[in-house]
Amino acid sequence: MILDLEKFTASARPHWDELEATLKKFDADPAHVFANLGEAQRFYYLYQRAASDLARLNTFSAEPEVRQRLDGLVARAYAELHSAREAGDSRWRPIDWLMRTFPQTFRRHIGAFWISLLITIAGCALGGFAVGMDPEAKQALLPYGHGEMDPNKRVAEEERGAGRDLEGRKASFSAHLMANNINVSITALALGLTWGIGTVVVLFYNGVMLGGVCVDYIVSGEGMFLAAWLLPHGSIEIPAILLAGQGGLMLARAVIGWGRRIPFSRRLRAILPDLATLIGGVAVMLIWAGIIEAFLSQYHAPVLPYSVKIAFGAVQLVNLILFLTFSGRVKNSAPAIA
Amino acid sequence: MSAPATLSAGRTNSLVIRLPEGVDFALPLAGPLSRFYALAIDVAVYYAICSLLGNILVVVGLVSPDLARASMLIAYFVVPIAYGVGCEWLWRGQTVGKRLLRLRVMDATGLRLRFSQVLMRNLLRAVDLLPGFYLVGGTVCLLSRRGQRLGDLAAGTIVVRLPDERLPDFAALGLQFKFNSLRENHVLAARLRQRVPPALAAVALRAVLRREQLDPAPRVEIFRELAGQLKPIVPYPEAVSADLSDEAYVRNVVEIVFQPSGLASRAKRAMMPPSPS
Repeated sequence: MILDLEKFTASARPHWDELEATLKKFDADPAHVFANLGEAQRFYYLYQRAASDLARLNTFSAEPEVRQRLDGLVARAYAELHSAREAGDSRWRPIDWLMRTFPQTFRRHIGAFWISLLITIAGCALGGFAVGMDPEAKQALLPYGHGEMDPNKRVAEEERGAGRDLEGRKASFSAHLMANNINVSITALALGLTWGIGTVVVLFYNGVMLGGVCVDYIVSGEGMFLAAWLLPHGSIEIPAILLAGQGGLMLARAVIGWGRRIPFSRRLRAILPDLATLIGGVAVMLIWAGIIEAFLSQYHAPVLPYSVKIAFGAVQLVNLILFLTFSGRVKNSAPAIA
Repeated sequence: MSAPATLSAGRTNSLVIRLPEGVDFALPLAGPLSRFYALAIDVAVYYAICSLLGNILVVVGLVSPDLARASMLIAYFVVPIAYGVGCEWLWRGQTVGKRLLRLRVMDATGLRLRFSQVLMRNLLRAVDLLPGFYLVGGTVCLLSRRGQRLGDLAAGTIVVRLPDERLPDFAALGLQFKFNSLRENHVLAARLRQRVPPALAAVALRAVLRREQLDPAPRVEIFRELAGQLKPIVPYPEAVSADLSDEAYVRNVVEIVFQPSGLASRAKRAMMPPSPS
């Protein structure tokens, strides 16, 4: 119990001010780390002192302003002391993140990726089967005017136009594709919160559209055109959507909590950094895919031979698979020190 | 130091965190209405940014209309996300709207906000917006004990109100030069400072500060009610309190609770003539 509040406040205030000054220093520089052990010990002392002052002040019902200030100080100091910090320099290195962290994260949750791929393949099979069996179905299944379009007519028009219809609007077309695909990816990931139902629907419907378009062109004898049109950008774009689905399924697993007896909040907290990495990687992939789709995919023979486009897409796909499989692998995987 | 903090719902509008040191601190949670206002300000800010970019891109459009259109398309998509993530990361959980309304995004366990949390709570807004006008997010926020939308639940964040840290204007109390009979009994005055609940003390302070703005009838009624609640907390002898009106009683209690005794006694001393010695 505090007998003389004024005396107590006067003696404690310099320590609170010192703690506040230190916290302001942290606020100004989010990457701040303690320079030496002495600084850390002093900060810990100030925090403990403020916490103990708060406990003592709690026996006093008055002085709500002082208590409010101490509440805030203790909360901020607690956050600084107890939050995990990475050892050493914690600055973000984009190249290291892209070449190591991203593929490592992908491989750590490869199971969710296979499920995402299976769902898309199932959608492809249904879409392809529906369009193959009943050509009228494509009007209901295929978006962006593909439902009304005759593949042979389109190929003839594209080859005659020689890519001129995109003259003067390639950049905006590319930007539109990037924005739309990243939006779809974010939605696929975010819908993991609906116990994964939304993610499964997005992946499956995406598969249905893809399967429907493919079968429509193949049945019309335009398989070569289809491969040359889709492969250059699709070899990155489709895997990117699958990775977003992988993130959505990871989120769904954390929401459902299969096989893990830890609280909901801790399950989600555990996967957040990996989800952020995945969606960041997906955004990078889709930016690349958008550029390729606007500046390469829309050019057809005779301007750009189909074989060149198919070869480009195939090499790109193989490189992507190699990148996701091998990039960032640690050769001597010594056990980490906890 | 390594023992985890424990959380409890505490009062309905605050999150109480118990530290390993055995001390509680409370984070007052932001209500849906203040969050909505903050969002409205933020929406206005990022439309202003887009509009500013649009004006700049008019110049770019003179050179390449296609590049200008592309930049605008990207800006309309990127600015809302980048604005939320950038501001909340650089300003430690605040955007312009949240700063103006004194709100802050915090980790739900009181720890430092991590970048992944900021990014995910802003990306998962896509679900909170469904099917339109924040219907999902708003409903979940209303139902959640901690006022969290889905993005907050997934990212493990809460939005708190920052208390006004300014001290009240004690000069406006007009008590510096008035005799306070309640303060004369030091033991009872000390007990009063210990026992008056902070919420009641805050209401009494505001009533005293705003007393001149009240109409006579409600003024009498409010002070009667406040005095009625304050008197049983520390009963004073009849001789001390009998002559005091309800308003004077409340004013004296407020002075004891909020004003350091030194200020009052110094003020009194200043009024008194200097002693002959």
